[in-house]
Amino acid sequence: MIRIQVRKTLSMSEGEKALQIETSLETGSFTAIYGRSGAGKTTFLRLLAGLIQPEQGYIEVDGQVWLDTQKKINLPPQKRSIGFVFQDFALFPNMTVLENLQYASGNKPDQEFIKQLLTMVSMEKLAHRKPTTLSGGQKQRIALARALVRRPSILLLDEPLSALDQEMRHKLREEIHLLHRQFQTTTLLVSHDLAEIYRLANKVLIIEEGSISKSGKPDEVFSEKRLSSKIQLTGEVVRIVPGEVVYIIEILTGNSIIKTIATKEEAEQLAIGSQVMVFSKAFNPIIKKL
Amino acid sequence: MNIDYGPLLLTFQLAFTTTFFLLILGIPLASFLAGITHKSKSILEAFISLPLVLPPSVLGFYLLLAFSPTGWLGSFLERVFDIRLVFSFEGLVVASILYSLPFMVQPIQAGLEALPASLKEASYTLGKSKLQTMFQVLLPNIKPALFSGIVLSFAHTIGEFGLVLMIGGNIPEETKVASIAIYDEVETLNYEAAHVYSSILLLLSFTILLLVYIINKRLLNYTKE
Repeated sequence: MIRIQVRKTLSMSEGEKALQIETSLETGSFTAIYGRSGAGKTTFLRLLAGLIQPEQGYIEVDGQVWLDTQKKINLPPQKRSIGFVFQDFALFPNMTVLENLQYASGNKPDQEFIKQLLTMVSMEKLAHRKPTTLSGGQKQRIALARALVRRPSILLLDEPLSALDQEMRHKLREEIHLLHRQFQTTTLLVSHDLAEIYRLANKVLIIEEGSISKSGKPDEVFSEKRLSSKIQLTGEVVRIVPGEVVYIIEILTGNSIIKTIATKEEAEQLAIGSQVMVFSKAFNPIIKKL
Repeated sequence: MNIDYGPLLLTFQLAFTTTFFLLILGIPLASFLAGITHKSKSILEAFISLPLVLPPSVLGFYLLLAFSPTGWLGSFLERVFDIRLVFSFEGLVVASILYSLPFMVQPIQAGLEALPASLKEASYTLGKSKLQTMFQVLLPNIKPALFSGIVLSFAHTIGEFGLVLMIGGNIPEETKVASIAIYDEVETLNYEAAHVYSSILLLLSFTILLLVYIINKRLLNYTKE
């Protein structure tokens, strides 16, 4: 069981804001932290790791007190059993992949376990390469493996997949899932990606304005505003082609252009650059596997 | 031709000793400066950089007053440690350390500041102390900066003149370094000896700088790999 209660004043561009979070996590659980950028998600992870200090707080992990501002207990990051995966991976450029893991392992490196981890993230063949020669996905795998070398009580993942392309994200999502199933490490994941959260987390905390506004299972938390029987897309009109019977409207949404039809009356209300919403009822769309 | 190579030897002895102590002093100082964001940082930085703009004679003058056996620091050192820092090799070393301090501190500080903070933090979260992190993660990743600091301090110490003259004088085998010897030989119209000293220093300085640029280029390519 992990109990957390912290308060910290953040100085943001729009002024000072209080981050106040109180929550508890089951040992072995996988919790996602969701929220807009600047909401304090990363700060929360850094507070847990001891990289920054709260004004007031209490952190207890599996019976061990890491922080108690009243009793003036405050373990430094070195004494907290954490694995932290940074957004920029933070691999040590002067060491090879293997050396990065051995460095984490301490004075008597557990070579067997290091080998096992490298195999699990399919990096055993690249063990003697320097991090700068690796791709983003490979770096991320090493960062994950390195964070697990010490068998930490908590694994903290700060948007670990945000720097990767869609395909690599999907692959690594599955690897994180496997690693969690294998080691049952209590994990906190900061993420913007709903697919990631649905796949990995069994609990989600939504942080808004510096505090937890909602928490629960992902489908419960997101169901109210995110799930509906309608498909909705917002976009911008880029072309209007008048026809004899109907008008063809081309709408840019994300990176794709949707062609749809409109009556003359509807089209007259639109101009190039108009912001529009395209929606469809759920029984209408056809789903095709990619 | 009878040339006394003592002054050249003394110059290198001084440069090696100074660089050695500067490295020991410069790394903690640079990492301290790289780590603070306090207002006092600017004051400290300005103080360390003073020798860059101050005429060496100004520094020499104040040090002469401070180290003089009649001054409070000088008399204290002489009474307690039996050290005299004016007109002695030890005094030259102390003065040179102060004089070349920015050449060691600035590159190392810039190197450390350019490293992403996450490297340090990652090492801490892996259970490593500040000292382990410094020697196993941070310093190995700023090799070009360390190298620049070492070579520039060394070269700058070789090039000292005004400061040595003020605080060291011209004592053979003790404070008569090559730059002083050249001045001395010219004054006595012994151009031949001055030529020898000068050409050696010129050649050496050029070689050192050339090596810096070549090796730095390699180190940079190496880290980019």
